Amino acid sequence: MRTTFRYRILGLLRRLLILLLVAWTVVSLVTILIELVPGDPAVAVLGEQATPEQFAQFRQKHGLNRPPFFFSFPRDDNDQRHFVWHGVDNRYVDYWRSLLHGDMGLSFRNDQPVRSLILERYPATIELAIVALLVAVVIAIPLGVIAGTHRGTLIDNAASVLALLGISLPSFVIGPMLVYVFAVKLGWLAPSGRFDWSDIILPAVTLGAALSAILTRMVRSSVIEELGEDYVRTARAKGLSERTVVYKHVLKNGLIPVVTILGLQLGVLLAGAIITEKIFGWPGLGLLLVEDGIGKRDYRVVQGCVLVISMTYIIANLLTDIVYRWLDPRIRVS
Amino acid sequence: MNRLTIAGLIIVAILVLLAIFAPWIAPYDVGLTNLSIRYLPPSSTHWFGTDSTGRDIFSRVVFGARISLQVGIVVVFVSAIIGTILGAIAGYYGGWIDRIVSGYVFNIFLAFPGLLLAIAMVAFLGAGLNKLILALCIIGWVGYARLIRGQVLKVREYDFVQAARALGASDARILFVHILPNAIQPLIVQASLGMAGAVLSEASLSFLGLGVPPPAPSWGVMIEEARDLSTLQAAPHALIFPGIAIALTVLAFNFIGDGLREYLDPKQRAR
Repeated sequence: MRTTFRYRILGLLRRLLILLLVAWTVVSLVTILIELVPGDPAVAVLGEQATPEQFAQFRQKHGLNRPPFFFSFPRDDNDQRHFVWHGVDNRYVDYWRSLLHGDMGLSFRNDQPVRSLILERYPATIELAIVALLVAVVIAIPLGVIAGTHRGTLIDNAASVLALLGISLPSFVIGPMLVYVFAVKLGWLAPSGRFDWSDIILPAVTLGAALSAILTRMVRSSVIEELGEDYVRTARAKGLSERTVVYKHVLKNGLIPVVTILGLQLGVLLAGAIITEKIFGWPGLGLLLVEDGIGKRDYRVVQGCVLVISMTYIIANLLTDIVYRWLDPRIRVS
Repeated sequence: MNRLTIAGLIIVAILVLLAIFAPWIAPYDVGLTNLSIRYLPPSSTHWFGTDSTGRDIFSRVVFGARISLQVGIVVVFVSAIIGTILGAIAGYYGGWIDRIVSGYVFNIFLAFPGLLLAIAMVAFLGAGLNKLILALCIIGWVGYARLIRGQVLKVREYDFVQAARALGASDARILFVHILPNAIQPLIVQASLGMAGAVLSEASLSFLGLGVPPPAPSWGVMIEEARDLSTLQAAPHALIFPGIAIALTVLAFNFIGDGLREYLDPKQRAR
């Protein structure tokens, strides 16, 4: 028992170490990628006609006048490149230092702290991802169970076709189609925005559609597999109703692989939310990233959004791993 | 081979023909705007109707197959080669090389939502077909590397590899002549699923305005242009046809991938 415990702690520590390495890489990537922006960010933001003083002031304010990394290879007057060592006085260290203070810099466009811009949008994205997850689960579990227990029937085939559609139709096709039906033709729901509680229905269905299709397939095959197990025969032999057998015994075991997928898919939902938010003008992180960040070349906002979305994804995966270990004793031991 | 795989193969064959012979098949110029015939419903002159600027949707869908397949083929080819080389080296040599590649690099790439990485790269590098392809290759190679590493780990222990080693064959010869040919089969499955993924990613990024720039008839761009409310109201077909094109393409490559997997795995075939 004690050794198992030690293995679990060691496994968790290893995961945490990887998490830290991943976090370090992500931060390094977003700080270094900004150096790859073609041209000068100051010119991109202020425009060609700004005065030299304005450029200088902008660079000063955002630290762009400082060396980008520990070393660089600037061109000298003869157009030759030389190795120059800058020490810790560089933008890479700056970004890390402010990040550890919870500061993600100022927006290039309106001087607002990126942190508050993100905090303002974050709840909307999480809300969307969670509701989409719920929509997916609520559709997939009953559909998968019915399809699995009625294998080969009309219901099973219909569920398969529906799942196939959900997997192959991308969200940016499903979304506008839903807008066409429910907003343009029927006029039941608003085509975009986040003002009324009903505004989340279309984005959540759009975002959850692919996941619900994947889950339906998984639940179905899981149920079929579990129904062939010995314990099911025992339960039936005891005279339990088919309902109890399916919902109490089969589903409990059959859901283990589903939970893993759920956690991993939460991250996929976060990335998918970028597209869904754009379709429905849903004011979350994705919209902030695409419209305010990339659209207006506000690279500070891009950095912050990429960082927060990927960290959320990484943490969601870690939590899944923990829940998964806790759910299935077989994994706990190995 | 089951019926779905055959359906997938037929769809892909049609797509390839459309892409190759696009200039002869497309009845109209893809960029030709004509506001007097905007929002036309499908008819015998415009099979898929016209869009908000009067361009022929059928012609644009046909040329869109070119962009999709071009991106898909290049991305799959390049990422499969990079992935195979790195995966094979990690699997064959093991030790610290493997610990870095599979312990660190794989985890980094898998810890990151692929689409987000592509979006971030294109955001900083700027939009365009070549940058899009580069971004998709950077996120794409890991899947192949992981697959090949696992395969090489397995095949490396087989008797014929030991025999080759005993005969004094060099590492490169053992790896490329003896191990890889026996390890590479599942790569075909992965490549087929990878085509579906690449086509989908290209359309997604183009939809977000981060892929192929607008006048080009990328399916993603067409959907982005068709989704504003006035176009949606007047011409839903401008959305539906490129949407069907994407769905069919993705579906076809997935069917082929699933079919190949079944075919290559005798255990599944028996069932």
